[in-house]
Amino acid sequence: MISSNSSKENNHSTINSFQDLLLETNALTKRLFLQLMRRPSTLVAGILQPLIWLILFSALFSNAPVDFLPGGVSYGKFLGAGLIVFTAFSGALNAGLPVMFDREFGFLNRLLVAPLISRSSIIFSSVIYITSISLLQSFVIMAAAALLGYGWPGFAGLLLVFITLLVLVFAVTALSLGLAFLLPGHIELIAVIFIVNLPLLFASTALAPLSFMPMWLAWIASINPLTFAIEPIRSAYENSFDLNSVLIHAPYGELTGYTCLFTLLILTIGLFFLVRPLLNRKLT
Amino acid sequence: MFIIELKDLFKSYGGIDALRGLNLQIPKGKLYGLLGPNGAGKSTTLRIICTLLEPDSGEVLVAGRNALLSPRMVRQQVGYVAQEVAIDKILTGKELLQLQGDLYHLKRSFKEQKISELVERLDMGDWIDRRCGSYSGGMKRRLDLATGLLHNPSLLILDEPTVGLDIESRSVIWGLLKELRNQGTSILLSSHYLEEVDALADEMAIIDCGRVIASGSPESLKKKLGGDRVVLRVREFSDDEESLLVRSILKNIEGVYEVVINKSQGFSLNLVVESEDVLPRLREHLNEENFEVFALSHSRPSLDDVYLQSTGKTLMDAELELAGKRDLKLEKKQSMR
Repeated sequence: MISSNSSKENNHSTINSFQDLLLETNALTKRLFLQLMRRPSTLVAGILQPLIWLILFSALFSNAPVDFLPGGVSYGKFLGAGLIVFTAFSGALNAGLPVMFDREFGFLNRLLVAPLISRSSIIFSSVIYITSISLLQSFVIMAAAALLGYGWPGFAGLLLVFITLLVLVFAVTALSLGLAFLLPGHIELIAVIFIVNLPLLFASTALAPLSFMPMWLAWIASINPLTFAIEPIRSAYENSFDLNSVLIHAPYGELTGYTCLFTLLILTIGLFFLVRPLLNRKLT
Repeated sequence: MFIIELKDLFKSYGGIDALRGLNLQIPKGKLYGLLGPNGAGKSTTLRIICTLLEPDSGEVLVAGRNALLSPRMVRQQVGYVAQEVAIDKILTGKELLQLQGDLYHLKRSFKEQKISELVERLDMGDWIDRRCGSYSGGMKRRLDLATGLLHNPSLLILDEPTVGLDIESRSVIWGLLKELRNQGTSILLSSHYLEEVDALADEMAIIDCGRVIASGSPESLKKKLGGDRVVLRVREFSDDEESLLVRSILKNIEGVYEVVINKSQGFSLNLVVESEDVLPRLREHLNEENFEVFALSHSRPSLDDVYLQSTGKTLMDAELELAGKRDLKLEKKQSMR
């Protein structure tokens, strides 16, 4: 038998809306992780792709002239920092896909007829999910680079890597979630991801230093947000890094580590405020 | 006391008017049916009631709350079972129910108890721990119905709940809906199945072209029509001229109240007559004028007659007519957020 409609108030877990927000965010996040556990191919592919890059690309340039890279580091070590960032970046770029599929399959409507305390919980759960995945993938790449003999940062260095990746992942996730609500379907979203992904990698300092690039490319690379994440992480692999020292010799000036991080932070905040009205409009 | 009051709803998408001044009052504790062809505005109406959609203008009161001003209050009261079942294929049925329970902030103990109740009531025990991707249409519908009932809504809204279902699932769902209604839940369902509305609904409204064109209990609507129904053909496919001529003959016969020409059914004539005693007289008069009776059928008024009377066409013809006009791609886009 179906129980009657009496005592409706007693069915609710709590009158505390913060706890309700946690409850709904937690439930939505759990769903995303259940999906991942049962369909781990995207996670695995997200690790395999940069891993293959790391092995093949570092082999390809292993015989590059010694003065090719600043400070005479090995190419593998140079590439490592770039691929750590690339991994986190590609992972976060996919943040919008689950949301897009929920839009297309009507699952989002199921969430929207529920009396959610705040529809931000839909966004929060995506951010929590994609941040964990991206960071996990990046740390696997770090471990793989260490195994290949390309080094491992110290404690302060690890902290720097973590913070840099976190800021970058937030920025890219905001962008991707915005696109997931702006574009008409997943085909379009995948197309944008496809177009953005590799060119941003090539036009950054992930694969080659600025000094190696023609001037026009150096200009692009030194306004590319990936470069602003790659260089601090590259410096984190040095024994004594200093964020006050100049990390990017851009055509338009010298940029210190702090400048890089600050710029990334501004970008993240900017994207957040840019995307927020769009999400608000779509979710209310 | 009304559970739903809709006043002067207008809604258009992409230049197409879905609702054109829809007014509806739905009493509490009743099973209420919305009947109309696909594309008449039923889904749009339901989506507005459950706060998925805002009308361009008009008033929406649900359970005494203004759905446009305090949608969250309304959402707590309403269970919505959509037309297209949106189920996460990767989750099991039980995981979906648990997710749903958390989205409605149910107490853990209440949630678990309610889930096992519904699993038993809807006979889902054998497969509830399997992933939803493997479910048949009927299983998905039942699960979807369970998700709509988890939080004990005072109003349950179902959009075409049994469309394309096997007979067993359909009777399980019909049974549950009647039971819920008897326990005091208000239920609003849309359907383009005449027999579904006839069998289930305490009261109903007919929607056509975004407006309510008739409302009342199915019985009273049929009764209001009065008389018996006769469908008559003088040949298999008649034409405009001939049918007009026949109509003028029939109209003068005593006991014939009304004659409507149904163009889309080969210009057959739909008559309302006093009783079956009129039938011999029909034949007689037609024979006098040298018309033969090709086919003649006689029945009590049905819901389809109610529909025909209100709109001038049968429900099936209306469906066919609208089917060509609909832009399903646009509709899907409109339902996306």
